[in-house]
Amino acid sequence: MNLLLSHNLALVLAIPAGAAVILAALPGYRLSARLNVLASFLTFLAALSLFVRHPPPDSYFLIDDLNIVFIVLSTFVGFTTSVFSASYIGHELETGRLTPTYLRFYHAMYQVMMFGMNLALVVNNIGLMWVAIELATLATVLMVGIYRTHEALEAAWKYFILASVGIAFALFGTILVYMSAQPVVGEGLQGMTWTVLVTRVSAFDPALLNVAFIFLFLGYGTKVGLAPLHAWLPDAHAEGPTPISAVLSGLLLNVALYAILRFKMLMSLNSHAMAPGPLMAAIGLVSLVFAAFMLYRRRDIKRLFAYSSIEHMGIIVFAFGMGGPLANFAGLLQMTMHSLTKSAIFFTVGHIAQVKGTQKIAEIRGLTETHPQLGWALVLGVLAIAGMPPLGIFMSEFLVVSSTFARAPLLAIVLVFGLLVAFGALLLRVQGFAFGEPAGSTAPVRASYVPIFAHLALVIVAGVFLPRLLVTWFQHVARMLG
Amino acid sequence: MHGLAFDVAHLLAGSLVLVSFMMLYQDRLYALLNTYALHAVVLSLSVGWQAYINAAPHLYITASIALLFKAIIIPLALHRMIVRLGIHREIETVASIGPTMLAGIGLVGLSLAVMLRVTADADLVAREDIAFALSVVLLGLLIMVTRRNAVSQVVGFMSLENGLVLAATGAKGMPLVVEISVAFSVLIAFIVIGIFLFRIRERFDTVDVQALDRFRGERR
Repeated sequence: MNLLLSHNLALVLAIPAGAAVILAALPGYRLSARLNVLASFLTFLAALSLFVRHPPPDSYFLIDDLNIVFIVLSTFVGFTTSVFSASYIGHELETGRLTPTYLRFYHAMYQVMMFGMNLALVVNNIGLMWVAIELATLATVLMVGIYRTHEALEAAWKYFILASVGIAFALFGTILVYMSAQPVVGEGLQGMTWTVLVTRVSAFDPALLNVAFIFLFLGYGTKVGLAPLHAWLPDAHAEGPTPISAVLSGLLLNVALYAILRFKMLMSLNSHAMAPGPLMAAIGLVSLVFAAFMLYRRRDIKRLFAYSSIEHMGIIVFAFGMGGPLANFAGLLQMTMHSLTKSAIFFTVGHIAQVKGTQKIAEIRGLTETHPQLGWALVLGVLAIAGMPPLGIFMSEFLVVSSTFARAPLLAIVLVFGLLVAFGALLLRVQGFAFGEPAGSTAPVRASYVPIFAHLALVIVAGVFLPRLLVTWFQHVARMLG
Repeated sequence: MHGLAFDVAHLLAGSLVLVSFMMLYQDRLYALLNTYALHAVVLSLSVGWQAYINAAPHLYITASIALLFKAIIIPLALHRMIVRLGIHREIETVASIGPTMLAGIGLVGLSLAVMLRVTADADLVAREDIAFALSVVLLGLLIMVTRRNAVSQVVGFMSLENGLVLAATGAKGMPLVVEISVAFSVLIAFIVIGIFLFRIRERFDTVDVQALDRFRGERR
């Protein structure tokens, strides 16, 4: 046990990497699906154990209070999604949308993606972080295109090109950070090691850092799905398998956000460099308002919730852009709650789309009558994501709004406007989904309700009562973010 | 900095920008591919020169990747693909050549204005390289947005990536350059294989391949 504990960081990376190799070699989807769940669960346990003990930072890996939150959240959602995926994917095989060979590929890629994301979160080197995010992106691109329909390929291609451009910008920014660091910390690996950069950043050339941050924000911002660069996100969510939509929204966006936060910390430590906050807050607000209006015109249920992800990433980036302990706390909470809620919604939507055989909003009606569990889960999920009290997102949005009103009332008005517009759109849609005359197939569904309701339960509990431990942890991280 | 060493580095990096401009106005796929191969050759010379003047032998690996993979293998593969798909016609460009070139000149001016100002105290070669590299990156983006064809978009992306390699090798003593250039080569290989495997043919050809797919009984 002690031995395992002392190598928990290695396990967080080794389990997905090893599982990917095994899953690529194993035929038979039942076994692979179970193995996928098992590997994801073990990774989650290893990540949890990082709370108990974690190795001191070295030149390659870094575990601090900030990234533990991200790692635990992403391995948890990775685990629950693998449970959902096990029940979802069997149905896809029955209907012939996937063949066993593709399924094998799918499971292997799932673990490759988990590996890439975990690696991006734990490395102490901005160059390696870039490579890891690229790896995770490649894996998701392949999975988005896995149905090989016309639309899926188109979506994968769009995602590929836009993400590649984003990745290229991020690399250019990374090179510029190194160039600004090199005269101060010297050549070689030092100039890309995060812990070294943080301690010496006050002496870096501020002009170069400014340009670097803009490239990094644009680059990783593409992957977060911020407004002018979001075009890939709805397509990728709508056309890929639903478990992938859930991990895209719940995890991959967060990983890119994590990269932005790291560089924001770097910027704020150099007193001569520009403040990154206003840029982030502005883009965040634009994403929020834009996505809120886009919610009204959607015809595809997965696209609808993809736009809702853009909206929420907008709020989160806005909160972190405002900065300060309270707004940062709200941003962290919002991020956690959004990941849990949005993946629960996608689990539900996945089963709904399977039973109805369509993703068209107009053809999904009266779910509470025909499939009460799914219908009510969707109602609950949408209420949560729209920010109804007493659910978790209400609390974090309330914190964002109230902290903004105190500091920048004009921005707060735009923020509240965006939130209300989105709220209206979501309520309008959920009425159609849940109530009224049932439409489409009423066949019973073999769904896995455990991940859906586990997530929703967590969101409800967090809305009513946040454990003291979590609050102090988040407060600490919020202060760290500055 | 030694006079000649700097001059050659400057010449090579500048030529890369020039070749990017040449790619901008190619309106046939074969010509575009050949120009891209030239781009990669210039890049590999430039990286090789950096390796020589900075005594950084690991950069020779990056230079040979550029030469073998980007200047020879990828253009050949794309060449064969174009023949197989029978799409060696003119490229439809969104804007005509004149405005595109003007936009390109504007982008180069922008990147020089930005980068030379912010890197005033940096090492001379690094300063030139990063300014030229940003120009190549922006020109690559311009190529991507002015084309509608998947192959030429990929070529634009690859030229953009050459700019990044130039920037990375120009930054003195930057770690992980080789790893990053390998990672990028993997990405490009994926894209190129992707074009073929994903069969995104509707982008290649306006002939309704989609209808053919349906007709062949491919499930939609």
